[in-house]
Amino acid sequence: MKAWPWLLAILALVLNAHIALADVTDPTRDKPLADPAQEARARAFMHEIRCVVCQSQAIDESDAEIAAQLRNAIREQMAAGKNEDEIRDYLVARYGDFVLLKPPFKSSTLLLWVGPFVLVAIGFGVMLLQRRRKANATPEGAGLAPPELSESERARVNRLLAEGPDGSRGAS
Amino acid sequence: MQMRRLLYALPILLLALFGWLAWRGLAPDRDPSALPSALIGKPVPQFDLPPLAADAAKLTAADVAGHVTVINFFASWCLPCKAEHPLLFELGKDYGVPVYGIAFKDRPADTAKYIQDMGSPYAKIGLDEGGRTGLDFGLMGVPETFILDKTGIVRYRLPMPLDADRMRNEIGPLLKSLQQ
Repeated sequence: MKAWPWLLAILALVLNAHIALADVTDPTRDKPLADPAQEARARAFMHEIRCVVCQSQAIDESDAEIAAQLRNAIREQMAAGKNEDEIRDYLVARYGDFVLLKPPFKSSTLLLWVGPFVLVAIGFGVMLLQRRRKANATPEGAGLAPPELSESERARVNRLLAEGPDGSRGAS
Repeated sequence: MQMRRLLYALPILLLALFGWLAWRGLAPDRDPSALPSALIGKPVPQFDLPPLAADAAKLTAADVAGHVTVINFFASWCLPCKAEHPLLFELGKDYGVPVYGIAFKDRPADTAKYIQDMGSPYAKIGLDEGGRTGLDFGLMGVPETFILDKTGIVRYRLPMPLDADRMRNEIGPLLKSLQQ
C-alpha cells in the first residue's frame, strides 16, 4: 500500500530523464514556430506535402527523419515570410511533383483529372441516345407495327379467308 | 449497321485495354516505388560545405565543375554506407573519377572516426551537419550517389547503396560515355 509514492517518484525520475534526453540538439527534431497562427498555417501546409520515403503519408503525420527535416525547412521559410506557393515551388524543384499529395494539373496528369468526367459524360451520352431512340420508336409504331405484306402473302391471306372459318375440310 | 457492330466490339476493346494496363502494372521488372528524380538533367545545386579536417579546403560546387564527378552522401550512422564503401574506391581506381563525399547529418567527430576506420575513397569531404545541402539535392536518405557530367549537369542518381552488379552494368558504362 505504501509503495505508490515510491513508484511515483521513480516514474517522475524516468520521465525526467526521458525529457532530458529529448532535449539533445538534433537537426531532425521539430522546432515549432513561436507565432501560433504561423505555426498553424505551416501545419496546414504540411498536410499537402508527401513524405518522400513513406509514399502515402503527409509529412505532417510522419515520423521519418526526412519528414521532420522538411517540416523544419517549411517552418523556416514561413518564418522568413514566404507564402505557400513559393515553398511549394521550392520543394517541387528538389523532390519533383511526387512531393505533392495532390497531383498538379498538367498534360501528363490530364487523364487523371479529366478521365472520370469524360467517362460520366460518355455514360450520359449513351443514356440520352437510348432514350431518344426509344422515344422515336414508339409514336410512329415503327418497332411494333407488323411489316407490310408482300404480294404472295396477300394472295395467301385472301385464299385462307375465302376458305371460311372451319378450315379447308368444311368448305370444299 | 456497321456502326452498331463497332459499338458491340467496344466492351471487348475496353476489356483488352484494362487487361493490358493491369498486366503492365504487375510486370515483374516494374518497380512502383521507383521515383523519378527532379534533379536529373539539371545543374548541380550550389553548396559550400566546411571540410572534415580543420586545415583542409572547403567543398564547394566549384570543385565539381569541369570534369565528370561522383557525389556520394554518407554518414557514420548509416549501415548501408559501410556496405557500399569498398565500391567507392573502385570508382576512383577503375574509372579515374573523383568521388566527393558529403557527410549528411553526422557529427564531425563521428565522421572523422568513420573515415579513419574505413579509409577515404573521397577526393574531398564536406560536412552537411544541418542537412541543408542534402535537402537541395532532394535527398531521401543515405547513402545516395549522384553522377555529374563535365558541365555540372546531374546525369544519374542512385537513392540506395551501390552494388557490384550495378557498378558493372549501369554506372561503369555511363561514366565511360560521359568521359568521352
